[in-house]
Amino acid sequence: MSGRTEGGVQARASQNMLALFLRDIRLSIRAGGGALTGVIFFLAVIVTIPFGVGPDLNLLARIGPAILWISALLACLLGLDRLFQADREDGSLDLLVLGNDRHMLALTVLVKCLAHWAGSVLPLVVAAPLLGLFMNMAPVGIGATALTLLVGTPAITFIGAAGAAVAVALPRGGLLISVLVLPLIIPVLIFGVSASYGAVADPDPFLQPFLILAALTLFLAVLGPVAAALALRHGTD
Amino acid sequence: MRLIAENLGGERGGETVFSGIGFALEKGQALIVTGPNGVGKSTLLRVIAGLLPAAEGRVRIEGGPEDFPSVASACHYLGHQNAMKQALSVTENLRFWRDFSGEVALSVEEALETVGLDGIGHLPFGYLSTGQRRRAAIAKLLVSRRPLWLLDEPTAGLDKASEGRFGGVMTKHCRDGGMIVAATHLPLGIEGARELRMGEAV
Repeated sequence: MSGRTEGGVQARASQNMLALFLRDIRLSIRAGGGALTGVIFFLAVIVTIPFGVGPDLNLLARIGPAILWISALLACLLGLDRLFQADREDGSLDLLVLGNDRHMLALTVLVKCLAHWAGSVLPLVVAAPLLGLFMNMAPVGIGATALTLLVGTPAITFIGAAGAAVAVALPRGGLLISVLVLPLIIPVLIFGVSASYGAVADPDPFLQPFLILAALTLFLAVLGPVAAALALRHGTD
Repeated sequence: MRLIAENLGGERGGETVFSGIGFALEKGQALIVTGPNGVGKSTLLRVIAGLLPAAEGRVRIEGGPEDFPSVASACHYLGHQNAMKQALSVTENLRFWRDFSGEVALSVEEALETVGLDGIGHLPFGYLSTGQRRRAAIAKLLVSRRPLWLLDEPTAGLDKASEGRFGGVMTKHCRDGGMIVAATHLPLGIEGARELRMGEAV
């Protein structure tokens, strides 16, 4: 009996979370959702780099993975301030926080992060191979960079959620979030870029930094939502 | 099932807004909270919901079914904002809150019909007028079942006919064994509601 009830509760919880995920995806696609903002920013930065660096193809190929990673990182930060702020402005956040007794707030935050990532960051990962061509990168390097972005960018969203939760009540929280979050993301950037280089530069390893990157993402997938949930719980006014 | 508040005090920004509020609400009863602006009606509702920590005293719910162990899990909170997304249609909004809150009660269409919005469920929420938005937010109370409704000026922006209809909805909720705590300046038309005047005894 109790097992069945528990199963029912779990089924209900997953249904709740699926509803939240689909709503956030829908919102990011609809007008004003900002799914494209990040991609356009990403494109703008990458296209500008060759003009600034000059037509040295070897140099571009060498700095390509790093430039892709840094641009993707900044593009990720761009939409983070709206992660909770939009919900706070229309009162939804109160109801999400009140749902804490039915399904943990940290889980709600995790699902919101996943939806944000799928709606706003995944397009960056998809666009990265194309933009890699602008940087004269080798196919292997392009593939490796896209793969590291796929594995590493969720970490940015997870830790960014904690920053977004802290700054949720501030009218211009975007900059503060970036300042709060950037130092914490540096390890993700370092291992992401070194794995990307490892795929093309021969003596450098690919697998080790890549695995550490994956571990960082998994670690932050727990830490970020829990920290964000705490901040949201105590930040309501 | 009973909602009990003991010696409740609330503060905003470190300053005490009210203190010593106590009441016990039985199944089927409604409590109307009145008082001048700034006396802490909204703060009281947020403290009851658990969105703000109580400065003193406590709120608890007793004798409820095990689905609703705490006030937060047993309540619908309707604040000043409607908690609906402008970019989504009315139906999408309601369907989301029904799925997210669980405990399905009325279907989305029935809920919209109850508040007199049938036929406009397909419109984006952002296209609706102030009164229609409020009615859609009221429909949100109906799509998932919660015994306790915490309503903060629920009739703001409603016309006379909608006010009357909403009064009927609240009366029915009480008759079905629900409880209501509503902060308002206007008569809500709930039969047999008790009143809590804030700002006079203090």
